[in-house]
Amino acid sequence: MAVTGAVGAETPGVGAQDHGGTYSGGIWSWLTTVDHKRIGVMYGVSAFLFFLVGGIEALLIRLQLGTPENTLINPDLYNQLFTMHGTTMVFLAIMPLSAAFFNFIVPLQIGARDVAFPRLNAFSFWVFFLGALFMNSSFLFGGAPDAGWFGYANLTSTQYSPGMRVDFWVLGLLVLGVSSIAAALNFIVTIINLRCEGMHFMRMPLFTWMTLITSFLLVMAFPAITVGLVLLMFDRMFGTQFFNPLAGGDVLLWQHLFWIFGHPEVYILLLPGLGMVSEIIPVFSRKPLFGYAFVVYSGVLIAFLGFGVWAHHMFAVGLGPVANTVFAAATMLIAIPTGVKIFNWIATLWGGSLRLKTPLYFCLGFIAMFIIGGLSGVMHASAAADLQQTDTYFIVAHIHYVLFGGVMFALFAGMYYWIPKVTGRMLSDRLGKIHFWIMLVSFNLTFFPQHFLGLHGMPRRTFTYESGLGFEAMNLMSTVGALLLGSSMLIFIWNVLQMLRKGPPTGADPWGGSTLEWSIASPPPHYNFKVLPKVYGRDPLWAADTSDSRPGDDVEAPEPHMPGPSAFPLTTAIGIVVMAAGGLTTTLPVLFVGVAVVLFGVYGWAFQPLEH
Amino acid sequence: MAQSNEHVQHAHPSNGTYVLVAAVLGVLTAVEVAVFYLEAVRPVLVPLLLTLSAAKFTMVVGFFMHLRFDSKLYRALFVGPLVVAIAVMIAMLFINGVFRL
Amino acid sequence: MSQTDVATLEVHSATGLPSRKILMWAFIGSECMLFGSLIITYLVYRGKSIVGPYPEELLNIPFITVTTFVLLMSSLMMVLALSAVQRGDMKWGKVWLLMTAVFGMVFLGGQVYEFTHFVHEGLTLQTNLFGGSFFLLTGTHGAHVTVGVIWLLSLFFMGVRGRLTQASAETVEIAGLYWHFVDVVWIVLFTLIYLLS
Ligand SMILES: [Cu+2]
Repeated sequence: MAVTGAVGAETPGVGAQDHGGTYSGGIWSWLTTVDHKRIGVMYGVSAFLFFLVGGIEALLIRLQLGTPENTLINPDLYNQLFTMHGTTMVFLAIMPLSAAFFNFIVPLQIGARDVAFPRLNAFSFWVFFLGALFMNSSFLFGGAPDAGWFGYANLTSTQYSPGMRVDFWVLGLLVLGVSSIAAALNFIVTIINLRCEGMHFMRMPLFTWMTLITSFLLVMAFPAITVGLVLLMFDRMFGTQFFNPLAGGDVLLWQHLFWIFGHPEVYILLLPGLGMVSEIIPVFSRKPLFGYAFVVYSGVLIAFLGFGVWAHHMFAVGLGPVANTVFAAATMLIAIPTGVKIFNWIATLWGGSLRLKTPLYFCLGFIAMFIIGGLSGVMHASAAADLQQTDTYFIVAHIHYVLFGGVMFALFAGMYYWIPKVTGRMLSDRLGKIHFWIMLVSFNLTFFPQHFLGLHGMPRRTFTYESGLGFEAMNLMSTVGALLLGSSMLIFIWNVLQMLRKGPPTGADPWGGSTLEWSIASPPPHYNFKVLPKVYGRDPLWAADTSDSRPGDDVEAPEPHMPGPSAFPLTTAIGIVVMAAGGLTTTLPVLFVGVAVVLFGVYGWAFQPLEH
Repeated sequence: MAQSNEHVQHAHPSNGTYVLVAAVLGVLTAVEVAVFYLEAVRPVLVPLLLTLSAAKFTMVVGFFMHLRFDSKLYRALFVGPLVVAIAVMIAMLFINGVFRL
Repeated sequence: MSQTDVATLEVHSATGLPSRKILMWAFIGSECMLFGSLIITYLVYRGKSIVGPYPEELLNIPFITVTTFVLLMSSLMMVLALSAVQRGDMKWGKVWLLMTAVFGMVFLGGQVYEFTHFVHEGLTLQTNLFGGSFFLLTGTHGAHVTVGVIWLLSLFFMGVRGRLTQASAETVEIAGLYWHFVDVVWIVLFTLIYLLS
């Protein structure tokens, strides 16, 4: 993953399999690329770097909390760290890491040569990347955002948050929203329209299915937070009264808008991981997924119900017994389709001939951790229980069991599974398993005690605690666990570096996979499929009747023409971030320069032919 | 009705139909404004106006945007988010006790 | 020429439908949630302003009825433009495109007049919740109209330079979808903001 920037520059082509220069070419070729595979690699590398940044922020938090009345980190910096840890992990690490897989894998799985709008795809990446840099640059200009990752009004008002910190957060998230919506629209069209012949919806691989559902969630959920952020921006920059209680403003409106986005966002983070696990478990059990249709429909149902439960984040604000009851019931309802999926995975493993490779290890770890996270979730789905748990470490434990124990384990499973396809080389299975065991043990050491800390009343987002409250031992355990957890990442990075240096080349299909991406070389040639494949069933590579039509590379056919590179996506993205900088500093000239660059970029883009 | 038209992509209405639709839209707008000033319909003003507005909405989407004649896929892409948006809106109005429009 | 070469991406279609049109419909779906959230804001803040001016003192129904009518008719111009381009009648195609844009600009002019009038009457973004939510909601709509006008004018000038042909009917159709959607949003806003004040 953290590879490929170097691949282009120093080692021309990884191994012998770098067909048609998938990764070759200088820096300019990367800046102007519209190839979904390169864009996927760029998403992956940058998301992993931000994952490390967010991880370091978490480690600093844990170091501060390791002992009572610690003075390592002052309260002001502590606020910045927990805000940026949450924001970074959600928006700059997990979402773009999923996007990396959408980009690299989905077009291959549906037998397409690229996404439907390759330049829009490049645009999405650059907006994400520059927006992420923009948000993190706040550390250099007077401090990072410090009002929490869900930025509750009116803590975010100019009265309580003067300076530019919250403005960085508001504008950064607005910019990232542009990226997410553009990417999601692109994948909706890609999956609907670029499926190869014979790939009906009910034959699509589950990862592609979950990508489609996630994309719909994105386009429907992001507008709500966009509006909330715009209201906040108007309050801060133009002096409107939206969140000013003295003028009749309703601070709860922010919470509603945020969580109308925020709960679907949980599924935006989760569903791609569920899709990956649903791909990997069958391959390593050597049998098709149990209850394919159930997994698909439960995914759709989760997404749909996901829009009707947002107020479970607001039980403590006093919406009244009717609203609380309705939202509690709806929340508990969601546990059903989620449970269905877990049942399907276990039933797939049952009686399968298991091959205990690293990807399967991470899937099994995922199932176990996700069940724990789901159970604590059902606990605070009850409004009465939630009142005891809100704003304590119990919630912190829950969200990490879902997002780290769940999503990150699934994403690591996906990385171990698909990196050979990306680079054409194998990762060490031994190092992978060491990584897995250290990660699993240290993860539980870090977060399991936090359940008890929360139930004992330790509040979240408080920079220290007094000794003698009974918090010491479990906090220390948690801190030791976090340091171990961080070090397990070093093993992963080492594994990747070793693979790049001397990893054994992998063939087209190292795992005996069933989906189309395993039918072509690793790394795939830049056009993916010389002849567009045709499928006749759900697991095309396992079906006997397709043995003759493996759409490999050796077919006699002319090389397909692919869209040419374009600098306009990057230009437009730069314009958008310049606009954000203009808004941040309220300097109109900068804003206008940004607008001009965007207009230039859009017009150049619209009139540039797809192929040069 | 959409099924039978699915293969005939350009079975769009004629210009005459468009003008007729526009005329109806104009009339409906006039009716909306008229009932706004009519004391007699005060008690049913809100449902009446919402119905008229929904009728105009449906006509523009159905005829001018061709949703009546086009592929069902487009309809799904539009109606799905629209239903979610309306549902969220209604829930928000309930929560905030704004049901007095 | 280059069009056919790139056929691999552009023309391949599992559904037989053009990708760009699917994109526009999916985008419109997303816009439903955007305007939905703005409308939520407006409705939640109805009657919550603690200082005037209040909506019933300012909103000028006859005036806004006229601009509403103009915007509705611009939608008619738009479908006529599309049907002309689809027939290959580029002369009328250009005429109707320009007319659509002009009607759009008349609507925008009306909005500018309305906004200035409100400001003169003492309603600004900062005055009260009505001011903030009204200007934000109608302003966002106005921004969408502005983008639409720029888009339509771009198509018109492409037509003048002879770069808009019968083959580009799909491009016009997609611009039209956007334009009608903006019109549809106004149908809702006209009722919710003005008639239900
Ligand atoms: Cu939630």
